[in-house]
Amino acid sequence: VSLVARHLEAAGIPTVIVGSARDIVEECGVPRFLFVDFPLGNPCGKPWNVEMQYKIVGGALELLERAWMPRTTVQRPETWAQGEADERWRERYMWVGDDNRAALAQAGEARRRVQGGRRRGNESEK
Amino acid sequence: MAKGISHRRYVSYIDKSREYYGASGYEQPYRWAHYEDVPFSPLTKPLPQCRMGIVTTADQAPRGAPRATRLFAAPNSEGRRLFTEKSWDHEATHTNDPETYLPLARLAEHVEAGHLGALSPRFYGVPTDYSQRLTLEQDAPRIEAWMCEDGVDIALLVPL
Repeated sequence: VSLVARHLEAAGIPTVIVGSARDIVEECGVPRFLFVDFPLGNPCGKPWNVEMQYKIVGGALELLERAWMPRTTVQRPETWAQGEADERWRERYMWVGDDNRAALAQAGEARRRVQGGRRRGNESEK
Repeated sequence: MAKGISHRRYVSYIDKSREYYGASGYEQPYRWAHYEDVPFSPLTKPLPQCRMGIVTTADQAPRGAPRATRLFAAPNSEGRRLFTEKSWDHEATHTNDPETYLPLARLAEHVEAGHLGALSPRFYGVPTDYSQRLTLEQDAPRIEAWMCEDGVDIALLVPL
């Protein structure tokens, strides 16, 4: 969506992205980015937490109104974990370690066989 | 004051996915989009006079559906029937509450409170995929055209 935001912005439509993959969005370069430091999936607030969702969405409106230059990132203060105990999602996601290296290599191999078959069947998308 | 840390706290998904796909045997790392220049359009009128359009990366059709079905404009009433199988953290959370990635109700409350003029009658779906070319040449202009049809002044984009 970063590319779409850039396109809309260039066409005169001010944009704001609300997201949790900070490095990807900032690497692309977008006008306004509200960073919510959560696991991927709930950038607009925790499930069923209406109050938090309202505040985060309000933060996006505020950023639209108040940013005066591109590449403006604002980080929301909300945290996913209640304490230090459940910060493990940061490491766990897409984990690569000695415990799964062989399995990943094997799964990748199997996937490429399927993809190779599909490509021969005229499927162009990766 | 909270305890200090010795490493960057936020996750680098560029690093993670490179290592993950590298370990899976994909030798060529993905080249993430990178630009020096970033466009910028300031608001030309106050938010209470603006109509907002929302762009999501959630799908209207289940995984495996053709790419064309993943670029769409749909009435807001269909925002509760989206597919979200894509890359998010299935271990840490879930997407059972659509307001966490397509905040139509929360935005309607801001409209009600007078913070925002209105919502577009439709929201817009854009596929996340490897082809930056298709996103740039096909998807982005299509989303812009839909937004113009709907009189959208400002856009909120939410990648899952």
